[in-house]
Amino acid sequence: MTLLVTVFAAVICTVIWYKNAPKSEMLTGILCCMYWGASLMWLVDAIFEYAELKEAYFTPAPADMLNDLFLGLSVIALGLVIWLIILLIKDPKGVIKNMLFKKK
Amino acid sequence: MACFLVSAAEAAIVTVAAKVMEKKEKEPAKVEFHLSDGTTETATKIPFSRKLKWLRNLLWGGSVLLAFEHVWHGEVVPWFPFLTAAGDPADFAEMLHEMATVGVTMALLVTAVWVCMLVVSALIEKRAQKAIHTEVSAEG
Repeated sequence: MTLLVTVFAAVICTVIWYKNAPKSEMLTGILCCMYWGASLMWLVDAIFEYAELKEAYFTPAPADMLNDLFLGLSVIALGLVIWLIILLIKDPKGVIKNMLFKKK
Repeated sequence: MACFLVSAAEAAIVTVAAKVMEKKEKEPAKVEFHLSDGTTETATKIPFSRKLKWLRNLLWGGSVLLAFEHVWHGEVVPWFPFLTAAGDPADFAEMLHEMATVGVTMALLVTAVWVCMLVVSALIEKRAQKAIHTEVSAEG
């Protein structure tokens, strides 16, 4: 479930990045890389888990699924927070800089 | 248990490599083509340091989000030795095994995907340069 949620987030971010390309004012490329990186790593995790559990991998307990869904959503939220911090620090549009150094 | 550490270690190495490469790299080679209609087309090759940053972002992003998952499952704690498996020799051996199998595979897969990205970007660059050359020679 966590893998699925992250893949969806990665696909949505990639579509947004593609729509705005070649402009990268919002640094969506970083968000794409973050979610795709996590998706690939969870894919490996899923493959190893499948090799161990076989078909039982596809029939998780409802409580486990709910926990994984919460985890997936929390991961997306964390990714967005990290991206927002990077965006505000790098400030590609100069919004923060203009605010801080605004002449009275 | 701590599979994300392998990718995090690779990410740290790639970060340093990208910084060094960026300092060593000169201004990217720009080729300007003046077309007969008065417009100018510029073709710029993506510097390798920028391509390394794609891998850096993939690895750091994945490692941080995976580390959060380990915190969620109680495998990483905010006190020494930070990894719950490190406290018990049997768990520690299992953790090392997981790092050597799952962790290394994760790092390899991310790197393989990045290599694919390099190949695709090189093909796109080649095709774009070829298109400009054809346009220029057709007009000339």
